[in-house]
Amino acid sequence: MPVLTYREAIRHALAEELERDSSVVVLGEEVGQFNGAYKVTEGLLAKFGPKRIVDTPISEAGFIGLGVGASMLGIRPVMELMFWSFYSVAFDQILNNAANVRYMSGGLINCPIVIRGPANGGTNVGATHSHTPENVLANHPGVKVVVPSTAADAKGLLKSAIRDNDPVFFLENTLLYGEKGEVPEGEHVVPLGLADVKRAGTDLTIVTYGRSVLHSLAAAEILQRDHGASVEVVDLRTIRPLDLDTVLASVAKTHRVLIVEEQKPFASVGSQLAYMIQREAFDELDAPIHRLATVDAPAIYSPPVEVEQLPNPSRVLKAALEALA
Amino acid sequence: MTKKTNASADKKADASVTPTSTSASAPINQRLGKEERIELYRTMLRIRRFEERSLRAYQAKKIGGFLHLYIGQEAVAVGCCSLMGPNDHVITAYRDHGHAIAVGMGLNELMAELFGKATGCSKGKGGSMHYFAPDRNYWGGHGIVGGQIPLGTGLAYAVKYKGLKGAAMAFMGDGAVNQGAVHEAYNLASLWQLPVIFVIENNGYSMGTSQQRSSAGDLAKRAEGYNMSWGTCNGHDVYDVRAVMDRFLRQAREESKPAIIEIRTYRYRGHSVADPDNTYRAKAEIEEYRRTKDPIQVFQHQLLSEGVLTEADAAQIDQAARTEADAAADFAEASPFPTPDDIQKDVYWEADHPAERKSQGRLFFN
Ligand SMILES: Cc1ncc(C[n+]2csc(CCOP(=O)(O)OP(=O)(O)O)c2C)c(N)n1
Ligand SMILES: [Mg+2]
Repeated sequence: MPVLTYREAIRHALAEELERDSSVVVLGEEVGQFNGAYKVTEGLLAKFGPKRIVDTPISEAGFIGLGVGASMLGIRPVMELMFWSFYSVAFDQILNNAANVRYMSGGLINCPIVIRGPANGGTNVGATHSHTPENVLANHPGVKVVVPSTAADAKGLLKSAIRDNDPVFFLENTLLYGEKGEVPEGEHVVPLGLADVKRAGTDLTIVTYGRSVLHSLAAAEILQRDHGASVEVVDLRTIRPLDLDTVLASVAKTHRVLIVEEQKPFASVGSQLAYMIQREAFDELDAPIHRLATVDAPAIYSPPVEVEQLPNPSRVLKAALEALA
Repeated sequence: MTKKTNASADKKADASVTPTSTSASAPINQRLGKEERIELYRTMLRIRRFEERSLRAYQAKKIGGFLHLYIGQEAVAVGCCSLMGPNDHVITAYRDHGHAIAVGMGLNELMAELFGKATGCSKGKGGSMHYFAPDRNYWGGHGIVGGQIPLGTGLAYAVKYKGLKGAAMAFMGDGAVNQGAVHEAYNLASLWQLPVIFVIENNGYSMGTSQQRSSAGDLAKRAEGYNMSWGTCNGHDVYDVRAVMDRFLRQAREESKPAIIEIRTYRYRGHSVADPDNTYRAKAEIEEYRRTKDPIQVFQHQLLSEGVLTEADAAQIDQAARTEADAAADFAEASPFPTPDDIQKDVYWEADHPAERKSQGRLFFN
């Protein structure tokens, strides 16, 4: 199987969908001539030309709203946010217009838009550039939220997202763009809403997504080696729709749960999950559900301390040992 | 049974202060046949009678939430929408009943939506501020001031992307022009030469704030900063609306050029029916507009002087509009409400098309 970076995998998904469907168009700041702020769209302008790969001014409310309007008329815009953190200036367009227009029109209007870009901390860019809004987005019925952790998932999920008839918000990670992984050749499509067991185990289920999957897998190796504990890592991949069945099947096997997320803990994805797991699998649990989240404060700049604010392998290890105790 | 429409007849416009339209001779109006002229008149009256009827239903507590009436502004929506070709599109804010009727939506589905009924145009899910009819190129009905303007720009983008000759008319109020998203849309429209006309319906007030107290400078002239063309017109005169809009619509369709048009108009009722309308303007001001500039009376006077309409025709058209509005209220009253089971329909395309669903997992969290 070919090995691609997460960045290349996303680029391939874009290129294949641009090729397949002439209504797909990529718009965003620096996506064209500059080849992408994070080089995700590198080469696409040369290949597809300026009608399909469109550089926008720094005008998120304007160009995302434009994309929403175009999608109502059947265009399939894939909008790049240079950082998902900038969603706040386009909040009304994303979460009033894209999320609500189907409902308010009684199902007459669809909004097949994809908004994609990185949403992560860990790059020392401070609080304004480190938001992880998957919980905020997923709080809005009508939208879909995807957070891929690997190159293969990034490619397969983005292709599904572009073909989807509902608005899909696709949250990448600048620290994953360079990560390599095997990506199946040819048409590789991963359905939204299907979790993936990234590591099988019997003693503890770690439910996680995004870059925290990597930390959890690293911690699981140490737990196996040093503590003889067998940890299962469930990668949600999609936040909404949510594959609770895979999570519950794992809980029925391990009877212990740790949720790991790069999220502030208050009203996070993890809090929703914890509620659902206890509600559906109370009798399966041998211990309270444990959670590890970002330390509850705006993102700190100080590089060594930011590492400790976010989930990392040693924090996951510590939390896992508590959950196993 | 709901109350019947027998609102006091509109005050007759004073003939001495309603000179015949200076835009009657514009080619786009010259070309109109007798029936088409009468149709413009009829549509304005149907909007007014519909809204008067809805107001009484509101007072009878048949309608919830906000109700923003368009009374006084009818010539704007009717004039603009009468120019629509097959690839032209309309989007507006929450004061959206007039545009809905002007694009041809039926009074029954519109009234039923106000009543929150399943037979409403949005199945009772949108309400007064959120009317839509994509089959008539009518894209709403939007509740956030200025929020629809980027969408309208996107409609124009889609028209251009598809290589069609059409234009989008994106309507907003005079209070919306200070929203950031509106300016972002202006810039994109000009930068990318999109066929969108930004139509400012300047009724003088945003809620209780007069234009003078909210906006610096001329509203449409801001187009110059974006290198766009602009114009103004008299929104009390449906012929003038058509004459001016036709020019800019042509330019949009044929040369893919955007523009900003300020249409001067006036609303006779409060901002919404919850507005007691006694703090920010004088009753005499409203009376003066009604007496001298009412778009329906002005146009009636025009058509009478053209010999296109007789007093008897006008009375007959009015009676038919009242009857139609009453029937719409009866229809709405007799229609069923949606059920709690309907709450989670029309949220996701995929949830509503289970046979075609490709994703898995839970979409809803109850
Ligand atoms: C973003 C936003 N701010 C405030 C409001 C509340 N609001 C609704 S309508 C309105 C006045 C808008 O006036 P204008 O744009 O002139 O339109 P008109 O009501 O005159 O048609 C206000 C303040 C809103 N709906 N959206
Ligand atoms: Mg106004």
